[in-house]
Amino acid sequence: MNKPVSPDQFITDEDGPLYAPRKKVYPQGVSGRFRSIKWRLMAVCLGVYYLLPFVRWNRGLGAPDQAVLIDFPNRRFYFFFIELWPQEIYYFTGLLVLAALALFLMNALGGRIWCGYLCPQTVWTDLFYAVERLVEGDRRAQIKADAGPMTAKRAGRRMLKHAIWLMIAWWTGGAWVLYFADAPTLVRDLATFQAPAIAYVWIAILTASTYLLAGYMREQVCVYMCPWPRIQAALTDEWALNVTYKYDRGEPRCSVKKAFDIRALGEKAGDCIDCNQCVAACPTGIDIRDGAQLDCIQCGLCIDACDAVMTKVSRKTRLIGYDNDINVQRRIAGKEEIFKPVRARTVVYAGLITVVCAVMLYALMSRTLLDVNVLHDRNPIAVRLSDGATHNGYTLRFLNKRGFDRVIAIDVDGPAEAKLHVIGADSVTPDRPMIVLGRDTTTELRVLVTAPFDERAEKSVPVTFRITDIGLGEVASATDHFVLP
Amino acid sequence: MSEHNEFDHVSGRSTTGHEWDGIKELNTPLPRWWVLTFYATIIWAIGYWVVYPAWPLVSGYTTGLFHYSTRASVATDLTDLEKLRGEKMAVLGNASLANIEKDPALLALARARGKTVFADNCAPCHGSGGAGAKGFPNLNDDDWLWGGSLDQIMQTIQFGARSGHAKTHEGQMLAFGRDGILKKDEIVTVANYVRSLSGLSIAPKFDATAGKKLFTENCTSCHGDNGKGNPELGAPNLTDQIWLYGSDEETLVETITNGRAGVMPAWVGRLDPVTVKALAVYVHSLGGGK
Repeated sequence: MNKPVSPDQFITDEDGPLYAPRKKVYPQGVSGRFRSIKWRLMAVCLGVYYLLPFVRWNRGLGAPDQAVLIDFPNRRFYFFFIELWPQEIYYFTGLLVLAALALFLMNALGGRIWCGYLCPQTVWTDLFYAVERLVEGDRRAQIKADAGPMTAKRAGRRMLKHAIWLMIAWWTGGAWVLYFADAPTLVRDLATFQAPAIAYVWIAILTASTYLLAGYMREQVCVYMCPWPRIQAALTDEWALNVTYKYDRGEPRCSVKKAFDIRALGEKAGDCIDCNQCVAACPTGIDIRDGAQLDCIQCGLCIDACDAVMTKVSRKTRLIGYDNDINVQRRIAGKEEIFKPVRARTVVYAGLITVVCAVMLYALMSRTLLDVNVLHDRNPIAVRLSDGATHNGYTLRFLNKRGFDRVIAIDVDGPAEAKLHVIGADSVTPDRPMIVLGRDTTTELRVLVTAPFDERAEKSVPVTFRITDIGLGEVASATDHFVLP
Repeated sequence: MSEHNEFDHVSGRSTTGHEWDGIKELNTPLPRWWVLTFYATIIWAIGYWVVYPAWPLVSGYTTGLFHYSTRASVATDLTDLEKLRGEKMAVLGNASLANIEKDPALLALARARGKTVFADNCAPCHGSGGAGAKGFPNLNDDDWLWGGSLDQIMQTIQFGARSGHAKTHEGQMLAFGRDGILKKDEIVTVANYVRSLSGLSIAPKFDATAGKKLFTENCTSCHGDNGKGNPELGAPNLTDQIWLYGSDEETLVETITNGRAGVMPAWVGRLDPVTVKALAVYVHSLGGGK
């Protein structure tokens, strides 16, 4: 077993150990503008996540009435008015492209907005920290308790904290499975232990991952596991606003009293009083005054911490704020601050987002709810009949994406005088076969196309199957080839 | 060796006391989680021995508490499959042939079953798609030696042709040449006459009158006055475009000289009645069924 090594035995310069043990972070609770934004966003994000499965959406008789449902057994995805089939998975590709572009745009405008406010890792970790502070006290109380002996009171509090954490984690896993089945029914089944085993397994998996990721791994996920900080660093530019310590104003750091003395002598004293409140509030345990760094998730809590102190010592707030290095340099040079939210990068990202949105919207609007695919028989490809005529066999597959049955007519357009024969579904109108397509399903049909003997006929001609919904007039077609033996 | 242990100030760890050519080895213990995981796998392995088959014995092996066996689980799966199929097949068994074709669900079921059975039993002669070969009829076309209705197809599958079964189709194409019924030049004449029936080209010196006479005397009893054939006897229609053995003069001469008697086995004892039914529907649905 690894023996704990006392800190003075560590040499922390370049020759130090490759793997440092994690230093536990005790972020101090703060209040202020960014904290309240974070509370609100947390409420929205968690509210949507936990409650969305219970939103109902009427799709007519026989169809599920859950607004958002991923129906694996029936291979359907329902999202309010949209119902997608597995072969339409490319809409999700579009959604992912959109998500990536939105991330880039956010980054170009205000740095790691996603990391600081919206990422599930941040939202749940933030919630777990809040629980920790509520039960075990704020930063100072926790550090003191951890340094001291384990008392019954401390053990009790710790157990209470873990119980609440596990409850939140369990609820997270519970909400997850509700997206895959009818939520009210599943809740009842879960409560009466009649739900399928897989539901319990997934709740257990997500309970464990939430508990571990938000309770234990926390900022290490952002610092060591997540690829986005690395990509983000490559995608940013000098105009992007990031949570920045304005060192032009802050340096040199000195206490309020000392600053008073220095300023009395007419020399420059910085506004930073070196109170370390920004460090205490940081959920990743860094010092923002060291400049932009990979570990910073830009949650803005140091801004709130610093603003509170600045207000207390009657100095201008926003010593830490959304800013960039260009403005720091301009202020040093005595020039006006400038902000450029509209620049080539943001315009291109916004343009791309608009284009992808438009393409997706168009694809969604023009998507067909009736479709047909054709597969030519492979063996035999063509059959000579006794009167010299030829027939080819095809398998037609019809897709009816509407929530009701409908009748379609099949027409064939191919070799001269071609006749269509539907196996097992000869209707009363033999010249124009009609069949019933079941609601929200596919129907497979074997058909034969027969062409009379014709000396001049080409070896292979295109053949088109055109289907028409008798009621709605919707059409679809599929093309293959008609070949001679 | 422990007296040689030293504390290394750079890494903050002690050495193991091992030293080779002045190089000392740091004591780098395994992480606690790794060791615990390792112990857990050992415990797991012991548990595995207890509940699953593990150790070979002189004859046999330790079966474990679960008595698990892959062979038994395959057998169970097969039994379950048979049971599942049995339920569905019973529905097929109770429906009439005509009704199966009218009901899309039953048709799909019969076609699925028929397709597998066809591939296992019929494809060696008739081809995987039923396209046939020389001497083995194409089942996709509309030319049927023994009739192409659902009932006739089922009859043929059950009892075969010249299979030796009591109810099999019987019918003989005589060996007119080998048995000395017709002379060589007469056979050529008849062959050319038969070719003329379906509009095929004929030899230049062909005597149509003689041909017709020979045909009427020898062939019409089975193939009919106008050569349209007779499904009762398995006599093919000689006026159409489909030839089981070939329509060129040489092949026809051979056919008339030596006769033909293709054999199809009876499947009645080898396939269960419902499977035969499914097979009949499948063959009928290939496209040539009447």
